[in-house]
Amino acid sequence: MKIAVLAGGRSLERGVSLRSGARVHDALRSLDHEVVVLDPGSDLVTRLKRERPEVAFIALHGPGGEDGTVQELLEIIGIPYTGPGVIACMRCIDKVMAKHLMREAELPTPDWVAFNATAFRELGAAESLEEIEARLGFPLVVKPARQGSSLGVEFAASRGDVPEALVAAFSYDDRVLLERHIMGRELAVGIIAGEPLPIVEAIPKQEDFFNFEARYEIGRTEYACPADLTEAETAAVHDAARRTWDVLGIEGFARVDLILGGPDGPPEVRGPQILEVNAIPGLTDTSLLPQAAEASGLTFEDLCARIVQLAGRPRAYAAG
Amino acid sequence: MRDLMAITARPDVISLAGGLPDTSAFPPASFAAQMTRIAQESSAEALQYGPTEGFEGTRDCIRELMAAEGMEPDPEDIIVTTGGQQAIDLVCKTLVDPGDAVICEGPTYPGAVPVFSSYEAETYQIEMDEDGMRVDELEALMRRLELDGCRPKFVYTVPSFQNPAGVTLSGERRRRLVEIAREYELVVVEDNPYGLLRFEGDPLPPLYQLDGGDYVVYVGTFSKILSPGIRLGWCVAPPPLIEKIVLGKQAADLCTSTLAQYFVIEYFAEERWRDYVDRLVEIYRGRRDAMLEALERHFPEQAEWTRPAGGLFVWATLPEYIDTGDLLAKALRDDVAFVPGSAAYVDGRGSSAMRLNFSGSGEDEIREGIRRIGRVVREQVALYETITGEHPRPARVSTEHGDPADVLPLRRREMRR
Repeated sequence: MKIAVLAGGRSLERGVSLRSGARVHDALRSLDHEVVVLDPGSDLVTRLKRERPEVAFIALHGPGGEDGTVQELLEIIGIPYTGPGVIACMRCIDKVMAKHLMREAELPTPDWVAFNATAFRELGAAESLEEIEARLGFPLVVKPARQGSSLGVEFAASRGDVPEALVAAFSYDDRVLLERHIMGRELAVGIIAGEPLPIVEAIPKQEDFFNFEARYEIGRTEYACPADLTEAETAAVHDAARRTWDVLGIEGFARVDLILGGPDGPPEVRGPQILEVNAIPGLTDTSLLPQAAEASGLTFEDLCARIVQLAGRPRAYAAG
Repeated sequence: MRDLMAITARPDVISLAGGLPDTSAFPPASFAAQMTRIAQESSAEALQYGPTEGFEGTRDCIRELMAAEGMEPDPEDIIVTTGGQQAIDLVCKTLVDPGDAVICEGPTYPGAVPVFSSYEAETYQIEMDEDGMRVDELEALMRRLELDGCRPKFVYTVPSFQNPAGVTLSGERRRRLVEIAREYELVVVEDNPYGLLRFEGDPLPPLYQLDGGDYVVYVGTFSKILSPGIRLGWCVAPPPLIEKIVLGKQAADLCTSTLAQYFVIEYFAEERWRDYVDRLVEIYRGRRDAMLEALERHFPEQAEWTRPAGGLFVWATLPEYIDTGDLLAKALRDDVAFVPGSAAYVDGRGSSAMRLNFSGSGEDEIREGIRRIGRVVREQVALYETITGEHPRPARVSTEHGDPADVLPLRRREMRR
């Protein structure tokens, strides 16, 4: 089969995407597919039309590649592609929209408040910070609404940290959210075609606990897969992840990140608390989804083959 | 951060991030003629291995260059290296064991940081002001370390038009630094890639000249006055040290590119290198002026920056609530890049500063790049002031008043995370 691997792009996660793409390229080649790697730029459509792949394997991360933009183009020119469709991508990339949908569906997600920069610049949002802080309490986490990895994610231990954290988060997106920080275990659930994989637990070093950027550096966080959870905990986490998959309308594969609130916390934050969903999770040799797949007995080649097999036909613009 | 830096290489990005000299100024016809002559007259030799120390002819060129700055090294003390970067690496390889103390400026050359880290040095950074490294602080540190029974292996400095700060160590401080080196038997590694790229004012004596080569190990390069692509640098060190460095070089790569050395020998034989350096100085002076004018015009009053009299870099410091690593993400959305200041520190300091290069882009590009960076900085300043309701006093300090140490406060920033 002729497959175009889309990797690189203009997002801040270009480096990760290139690593994901290179690994996918090698795996698909070893499966005897004809593989061409395309780095999306202004000539993407021209090149896709020229190459005429049977499937586009999207290994792009962040805005542009994971937000429905490329998916929409592939729908228009009629090339089947891997991963979630346009609408699911749009829901997942925007943490604020995803949280609204989860809350509406009564899925557990930490309390939050969202702002765009205009609210501060033109509508006096700063005056509401006191109420927000009272509602969410400290510590809290400040995140750009649409950004992957840990980019722009800041931890505010007290009031004094909030302005600086907001300025940092607004560097990455015009919309940010302030989210209640939940103490608990950090888990990730890879899902393929609605079936959850073994759960991965991220165990940061003590000194990196509040430094999100450092935690993404190789060797600074340990991962356990399958995570050491009781049967009941595993079932609860899998159930929450699968319901999230349904609520956001995901197809293909994705990764759900969540916190398992400890039994000592307030009742409303015990158990699984969904943080976000990655529509196109990392596929590098240190990424979590491949680790989870391996724990379930799938090699990376198996994983890629399965993802390709699930590539959806274009549907958004299908007749009728 | 590494991923962000990868994006700065995109062709549509105006990059003020690199440290690139303008190699387009070198006449292609001259390059072609020299390479042709090498092929016609010395093909077999130029394609062969060479001595680890480098050819005598290359070392003669090096002596000619160093003489232009008032230095007269013994040819036996010179080793030709694969760029100045390898010289720094070889000095560390020779002198540094894991846990050894090494001292450098704060901020320091970002390319030296991974070298010190890879040899597991305990790195101390000395603050700077507009007259370069605070040698009084160096002395205080030496006293403190002596009390602890610790002897640093060397102090690494870029005294002229420092990378990244753009400032130059004053004559008085140069003399004092050499005295401190003698008093404490401290090796000084003088890295001088930009000394000949002076736009105005009188040249200052290199540390190597002041010291006579007893305690000063000199690192030089052809990268900024000719070409970084030929990867040719050198190191000058006293006999016991140079012997070890030669052994280290043998282990690393046997010898520096023979072809590159032949090119340099040919180039110097034409005796036009001074004209070319003069041409570069003229180009870079114009670009420096364009950058300083643009900074004045587009950066907010809360920012401050250095005014280099030579070299390739300006160092700008923003209000401490702006993290330039985050700011780079925002700037990249506007297709412009710089180096976040934390790259020049080993300990997370410098996070509200940035290094801006003016040698690698044309004047119009520089103006546009600074305009875009200025816009994102202004946006973040306005946002912070809106959020906090604060309108802080302008931070820029006049250079006519007060302690010069206040002019360039390369301050320690509280770790926030």
